[in-house]
Amino acid sequence: MDPTQTTLTELRDAIASKAVSAEEATRAYLDRIDAHNDTLNAFRDRMTDYALERAKQVDEGKVTGKLAGVPIAIKDCMCHTEGTTACSSKMLEHYRSPFTATAVQKLEDEGAVILGKTNMDEFAMGSSTENSAFGVSRNPWDLDRVPGGSSGGTTSAMAADLAAAALGSDTGGSIRQPAAITGLVGFKPTYGRISRHGLVAFASSLDQIGPVTHTLADAALLTEIMCGKDPLDSTSADVPVEADMHDVDGEIDPSAGGGKLRIGIASQYLDESANHPAVTAAFNEALECYKSQGAQVVEVDLPHTEYGIPCYYIVATAECSSNLARYDGVHYGHRTSEPTPKDANAIQHLMSQSRAEGFGDEVKRRIMLGTYALSSGYYDAYYNRALKTRRLIAGDFNTAFEKCDAILCPTTTGPAFKIGDKADDPLAMYMNDIYTVTTNLAGIAGVSVPAGFASENGKQLPVGVQLIGNAFDEKRLLRIARRYERETEHWKSRPGI
Amino acid sequence: MPQPTISETDVRHAAKLSRLSLNDDQVHQYTDQLANILDYIQKLNELDIDGVEPMPHALDQHNILREDRETPGLDTDDVLANAPDREGPFFKVPKVLGDGGGA
Repeated sequence: MDPTQTTLTELRDAIASKAVSAEEATRAYLDRIDAHNDTLNAFRDRMTDYALERAKQVDEGKVTGKLAGVPIAIKDCMCHTEGTTACSSKMLEHYRSPFTATAVQKLEDEGAVILGKTNMDEFAMGSSTENSAFGVSRNPWDLDRVPGGSSGGTTSAMAADLAAAALGSDTGGSIRQPAAITGLVGFKPTYGRISRHGLVAFASSLDQIGPVTHTLADAALLTEIMCGKDPLDSTSADVPVEADMHDVDGEIDPSAGGGKLRIGIASQYLDESANHPAVTAAFNEALECYKSQGAQVVEVDLPHTEYGIPCYYIVATAECSSNLARYDGVHYGHRTSEPTPKDANAIQHLMSQSRAEGFGDEVKRRIMLGTYALSSGYYDAYYNRALKTRRLIAGDFNTAFEKCDAILCPTTTGPAFKIGDKADDPLAMYMNDIYTVTTNLAGIAGVSVPAGFASENGKQLPVGVQLIGNAFDEKRLLRIARRYERETEHWKSRPGI
Repeated sequence: MPQPTISETDVRHAAKLSRLSLNDDQVHQYTDQLANILDYIQKLNELDIDGVEPMPHALDQHNILREDRETPGLDTDDVLANAPDREGPFFKVPKVLGDGGGA
């Protein structure tokens, strides 16, 4: 078998049955990374020797577990003691973490072989990887287009089979949007489900780690392993983790509605003038698929959806301005080499100059927007107003989930856009998250599933549909999504790289 | 609600609070871009939010305390390995006070 043309679960089983060794599998992926990374720029840092050593330990029986020998990539904002953790920023270019993120550690405790760190928008701020200090990653389906973002290195790597599975992080859509436009499953679990310890902070009340995979079964397995309360993250939720979360073909618990699966649809996501025809077609196909399986379709109202983006860009930037204050040129990260003036302003100058050199344009823009929104005289008008709007958005979902089990909607309005198309217009870039951002604000779960293709100039460009589920309802959400996936072949398509 | 347009003075002030050195060109550019973004954010003013409880966090958690017990921490040398400059077990910064010593 070719270990790179398979799914995580299949490869795990093949290694367990010794049909292929962990070292063979790891070498096969490392060879593909060598062959394609110059073109795709999917990996920012490779952990080649480390990965091969881990694989050998699996083959020698020294490392075991549910993921024994499976090569996995992690996003560049997840701390690991091996290599550098740069958040794709000049600020952290040489940063070597003294600890490993809990979520990554849990994968390694189950025998995963970590291949390296994937490229991303700097500090996870963006929707295209064009904000990376290390260059844009490319979409394997069309190299002139972005792989989405901010977890775009992750999706570029996965779509090109440079890893068997990969992790992303999602603050406003940064797992689901890139997964949708590269033909992959991208899952953002409920806020607090997976520890954020060792995830470099962007917006702490929104950030969540999640998997990017070819299938829902793979995503469910990784989620089950990563979930759980962590003493090192006080915001991680103390909610029991179902031992059968990985079993996406299992029974769907009978809903409050009396046994029949209820799929919610909301007009706010279905404006045909806003959505690409391929997105509308994919949504309709998925809806028909559920209907044909006997699901009841319920119209739900999410009237505050249109306030999601403006609300998000206050909440997220306010939190980012506070979180990124730690980069001061003193404790770790970039320090300017400019001489400091010998006066009382020396330390201010050192910090301001180090930060000006270390951060890119978008990061600076967001820090200033957040600082402004929190500053004296504007706090109530911006930050407090946004927090109240956030409550209204969460309330929309609470009401909707009284009537349905999951909400079906598009993940994005269209397929991948061309590199450079939105790079000079911050606001146009922000609109990428219009269908994903409200789930982060409400703290609930969302998964994007491959749902077909748009055809543009002879290129097949993937689109996705999203299923949104209630807080801590991951097991049921993934099973509901599986009812669609198992009737389709979209997830099997590969870009031919 | 303040005026939607952010001024260059506001941007310089935000940059100062953010500890970001900006040149004049950058101040012009950020003023335009932030004005554009804030203009869009005015959309939030359409909503009646009287009496709505602010939602700073997705989970309803308060004051989570751990047991007051000593646990192993990170090794000082490992942590300081990332410092731009150090002296012994300390982070090193340029002289903070002027030559006169008064501040």
